[in-house]
Amino acid sequence: MANVTLRNVRKTYPGGFEAIKGVNVDVGDGQFCVLVGPSGCGKSTLLRMVAGLETVTGGDIDIGGRVVNQIEPADRDIAMVFQNYALYPHMSVYNNMAYGLRNRGMPEAEIKTRVEEAARILELAPMLERKPRQLSGGQRQRVAMGRAIVRQPKVFLFDEPLSNLDAKLRIAMRVEIRKLQRRLNTTSIYVTHDQLEAMTLADILVVMNGGQVEQVGNPLDIYEKPATTFVASFIGAPPMNLMSTRPDEIKAQLGANGSGASAGILGIRPEDFVITDQTPSGGVALPLTVEAIERVGAETFVYGARGHDEERIAATPGELPPGEIIVRIPGAEAPPIGQKIRVAAIRQKLHLFSADGRTRIEA
Amino acid sequence: MVEQEGIRRYVAHVILWIGIAIVAFPVYLAIVASTQDNAVIANGQMSLLPGGEFLKTYYQTIFVGTSGTTREPVGNMMLNSLIMALMIALGKIAISIISAYAIVYFRFPFRMPIFWIIFITLMLPVEVRIYPTYKIVADLHMLDSYAGLSLPLIASATATLLFRQFFMTVPDELLEASRIDGAGPFRFFWDTLLPLSRTNMAALFVILFILGWNQYLWPLLITTRDDMQTIQIGIRKMITTTDALTEWPVVMATAVLAMLPPVFVVIAMQKLFVRGLVETEK
Repeated sequence: MANVTLRNVRKTYPGGFEAIKGVNVDVGDGQFCVLVGPSGCGKSTLLRMVAGLETVTGGDIDIGGRVVNQIEPADRDIAMVFQNYALYPHMSVYNNMAYGLRNRGMPEAEIKTRVEEAARILELAPMLERKPRQLSGGQRQRVAMGRAIVRQPKVFLFDEPLSNLDAKLRIAMRVEIRKLQRRLNTTSIYVTHDQLEAMTLADILVVMNGGQVEQVGNPLDIYEKPATTFVASFIGAPPMNLMSTRPDEIKAQLGANGSGASAGILGIRPEDFVITDQTPSGGVALPLTVEAIERVGAETFVYGARGHDEERIAATPGELPPGEIIVRIPGAEAPPIGQKIRVAAIRQKLHLFSADGRTRIEA
Repeated sequence: MVEQEGIRRYVAHVILWIGIAIVAFPVYLAIVASTQDNAVIANGQMSLLPGGEFLKTYYQTIFVGTSGTTREPVGNMMLNSLIMALMIALGKIAISIISAYAIVYFRFPFRMPIFWIIFITLMLPVEVRIYPTYKIVADLHMLDSYAGLSLPLIASATATLLFRQFFMTVPDELLEASRIDGAGPFRFFWDTLLPLSRTNMAALFVILFILGWNQYLWPLLITTRDDMQTIQIGIRKMITTTDALTEWPVVMATAVLAMLPPVFVVIAMQKLFVRGLVETEK
């Protein structure tokens, strides 16, 4: 059991590319920390630095009160689950799990106990003698987990462990990983690009972008109060609607609050809109023309373009094309395509950011 | 396979049988000739059916040799050839897998230049560098020895390249998993890379064994003693007789015997050989 503390960790590649630009994260004992971000944001690099597979060019990585920068991966007391599982193809399931223990010179009897215990937890007992190629994707995944468990390490590291599985299995394994981590109470760091995995697994969520940490915190806090427009559009699906606003609009909509006096970006989550003709006091109302409908069953997403006369609210940064707004409504009832509708969001559900998107303004 | 109907199918089979006959007839002829009396063959009246001298000829060939130029029993030549072929095949595999491991998995100064130097030696087969190689072997007093027969042929760019290509297809994560599992470079090589290369090594062994077995020019140059000569040289020497009749049954028996080990190796390793060429077990 151990804390993992990253203090101003940096990684610069020999070519001069700065992959990690000073990251500070503190993962408490037994906590499940998820690093999330788009591809190329440095989350895997950071995890591999914790594992010792990449060198650290600046700052300290501290596992259980010991700075491990110069320590070999095998001696860091960590175990890692790889995206492609990295099972030894020529070894049986049993030997895959036992290999690391044998290299440490553990007596065969204890290895047997540990492997069988792990196999029992992961329901792998009937396949201990099989080779990895005789297993399904989910089973291989469990063997990879087993290989990590038998080591009884201080820290588990997961590098996108579910991304090679199909959607259904992914959800099942996600729950299993969470249960397992709760049961073993081992500090874990988990890398994913899937914000849903990130939200559901994390005790501490670390949102990364461009080698930097955008926001650290409890997943729901991050969802409710994203610190930057990047976090706002990355966490939550579909992404938050973002639109530029001018100071006078902010004043008009949020009241003459001191912080609202500068130009900024207004964000509203698709699920916070209601289709209504009324304008809630202090809230925002937008006229839309329905352009596309996505029915998922329990909910429906309405894609609408803001009217021509609304052009003074300029382009939308983030993932949406300029002027497009997503509205989530419950059920399968939706206005027909081409219809003009009016959507509104209440004051409490508005997010306001500075014009560069880097700061959240509390209204 | 394309399924064919009626007459076309028979035509195809006939053509195949003709092909087999063309390839197999000389072999058959050699076997037949090795079972007949030399006088009959010398008269030009050789029958196409096996004669009755089988045991006598093969006994003489293996344990005595010809009565003319080379008095060396072919059994001894085969042993020489076998030792040479095995040393070449195993030596090449060992050297090339180790050098490929170094080139793929280690970062050391002049890694790429060294790789290219190995690559360039492809352009310098033994025949091209035969004088300097001979000089070195002679200076090292390795003439008429197994080391002299095999060492100069062991360094192999082809096998090194083959292993390099294979190693580059092995996922990096396997190495990383090994590192986390506490396996150093040697353990990773021994516990993971070698077992994964098994089929590649088998395929290479078949090719290299036959290559070594069929060496002619090099053994011809560096062996002078009769008891060190290989079977390929032996056959040649048996045919050239200045003042006596060539003992054709013995020559043919030697040829048949010379074919056996490669045939045996191919049959024994066929399954692994094919797997090594077509699939990579990962």
